[in-house]
Amino acid sequence: MNISVEEVKKEIETHLPNVKLRLVRDSILIENPEDLPQVALFLKESPRFLLDYLSSVTGADYLTFLESVYHLYSMAQKRGPVTLRVRVTKNNAKVPSLVPVYRSAELQEREAYDTFGIIYEGHPDPRRLFMWEEFQGYPLRKDYAQEDTEVLEIADIAWLETRGIEVPVEMKEKAKTLHAAGQRAVAQKPEKPRP
Amino acid sequence: MTNIVEIKNTDLAQTLEINFGPQHPSTHGVFRMTVQLEGEKICGLRPIFGYLHRNHEQIAENLPYAAIMPYTDRLDYVNALSNNFGYALTIEKLAGIEVPERAEYIRVIMAELARVVNHIAVIGFMLNDLGAFFTPLLYAFRERERILNLFEEITGSRLMNNYFRVGGVKRDLTGENLAGIQKIVSRFPAFLEEFEALLTKNEILCMRCQNIGVLSAKTATNAGITGPVLRASGVNYDIRKVDGYSVYNRFDFKIPLGEKGDVYDRFYVRILEIRESLKILDQALSTIPPGEIMNKKSLPMLKMPRNFKPPVGEAYGRVESPKGELGFYVVSDGTPQPWRYHVRAPSLINLTVLEEMCLGQKIADAIIILGSIDIVLGETDR
Repeated sequence: MNISVEEVKKEIETHLPNVKLRLVRDSILIENPEDLPQVALFLKESPRFLLDYLSSVTGADYLTFLESVYHLYSMAQKRGPVTLRVRVTKNNAKVPSLVPVYRSAELQEREAYDTFGIIYEGHPDPRRLFMWEEFQGYPLRKDYAQEDTEVLEIADIAWLETRGIEVPVEMKEKAKTLHAAGQRAVAQKPEKPRP
Repeated sequence: MTNIVEIKNTDLAQTLEINFGPQHPSTHGVFRMTVQLEGEKICGLRPIFGYLHRNHEQIAENLPYAAIMPYTDRLDYVNALSNNFGYALTIEKLAGIEVPERAEYIRVIMAELARVVNHIAVIGFMLNDLGAFFTPLLYAFRERERILNLFEEITGSRLMNNYFRVGGVKRDLTGENLAGIQKIVSRFPAFLEEFEALLTKNEILCMRCQNIGVLSAKTATNAGITGPVLRASGVNYDIRKVDGYSVYNRFDFKIPLGEKGDVYDRFYVRILEIRESLKILDQALSTIPPGEIMNKKSLPMLKMPRNFKPPVGEAYGRVESPKGELGFYVVSDGTPQPWRYHVRAPSLINLTVLEEMCLGQKIADAIIILGSIDIVLGETDR
């Protein structure tokens, strides 16, 4: 059974008059990310919708802004989904965490942080999920530059040399120049994707 | 002797942190956790992910829609057909493609067979973790092998099936295949009787499993737990019934529920679910209609996959995979590749409550609690 988005929007607007909403496709865009927890809490506890189950949390990169998307269902009434979304800029990608409302956001918000760099404020354990802590960049952003695995870094060369493996001189010099310039070795992308 | 008792009762008792995995055989892959122990009792547990991370989502975002299908096999590699189902369903939703009736029946038959395969394998592995080394597992694998041989006959592969297509399935089931499935379905209850006679009322199994790793219904709902783990806690939520996707609403089947939400309930719910799957299979096999197996509209997509461009928009499709709710979120920008592709993996999200279930239990119980959640690392780490 589906829930009509207009109905949900109207209900939120009557109960939470300060929240600005907009319909985007079949979902509700919350204009100010700060309003997200109160909207979620309202939908969770409102007896009309009882959206007690947060199914999916994920991010998306739309070049000029990042988006955090939430799919809510009701286990009690067996209805859904209601899609909520918030938009933030890349420089200030901060969204309040939904973990206090739904615990199912715990690992998924960590994943969205790991891959998109959206910082969920108030998350109890805001670490990367899949990548290691020292990893730089956010791999699912569209401007992420892939690392060139052929080029060795200074630490790699040191690791190899302590194990008695000889590294060619050119590779050592390249690593030194990159290190001095403070750059990462970036793989060359083909200019155009295959048609 | 009195001295030892005194020391135990003071603050001198220390916690010990041990590392568990990623190579430990009971983690079913490369799952790792660090466990804090007080004696044998668990007082803290932290899962660490990412040992099988390959950025499945980014791989998919650089591929045409039709080429993503084989990659979904590698998510939950124990039952690839359920993943195919979820992905095909999402793209059909996105592009508005209808599926012929016969194809829907074939999909249901294959997905239910995959569920049977998954559940018997899980029960076998769980008993392995309990210390019943390989006897129940090999009983289960004997039956699994029959179904896998059938999969090989039908799809061409035992595990990485790659059988579903957007708008239908790859190959029709012949009368011979249907007879083969019928034979397996009709002899399966005898195997389950045998299996249950050995296990269900076994005293050791009951003592090890009952009241271990209890998960309350409220916590389970809030933490987004789905699948048999949720139903063992007594929440009646099965997406096959709720959404009625494909042709599931035409079949008569029940949803087995547990009472306590302990490991034993999770074990028994799975056995009951196999019985319900067999019921669905029986009905589907007797009512499968003749006809097309592929929507004519989507044939060009298979021949020229780079010309398939769904309209701008997004879709969230979900299916009841044997592990829980498997969701796919796909955003199309009108090009041959998806702009955004996300997998909501049940194995990952079901691990949210692992620490809560393990606190206060013995270290040996953590292994069976993990086994009873049923994770596959291909899906957890993606």
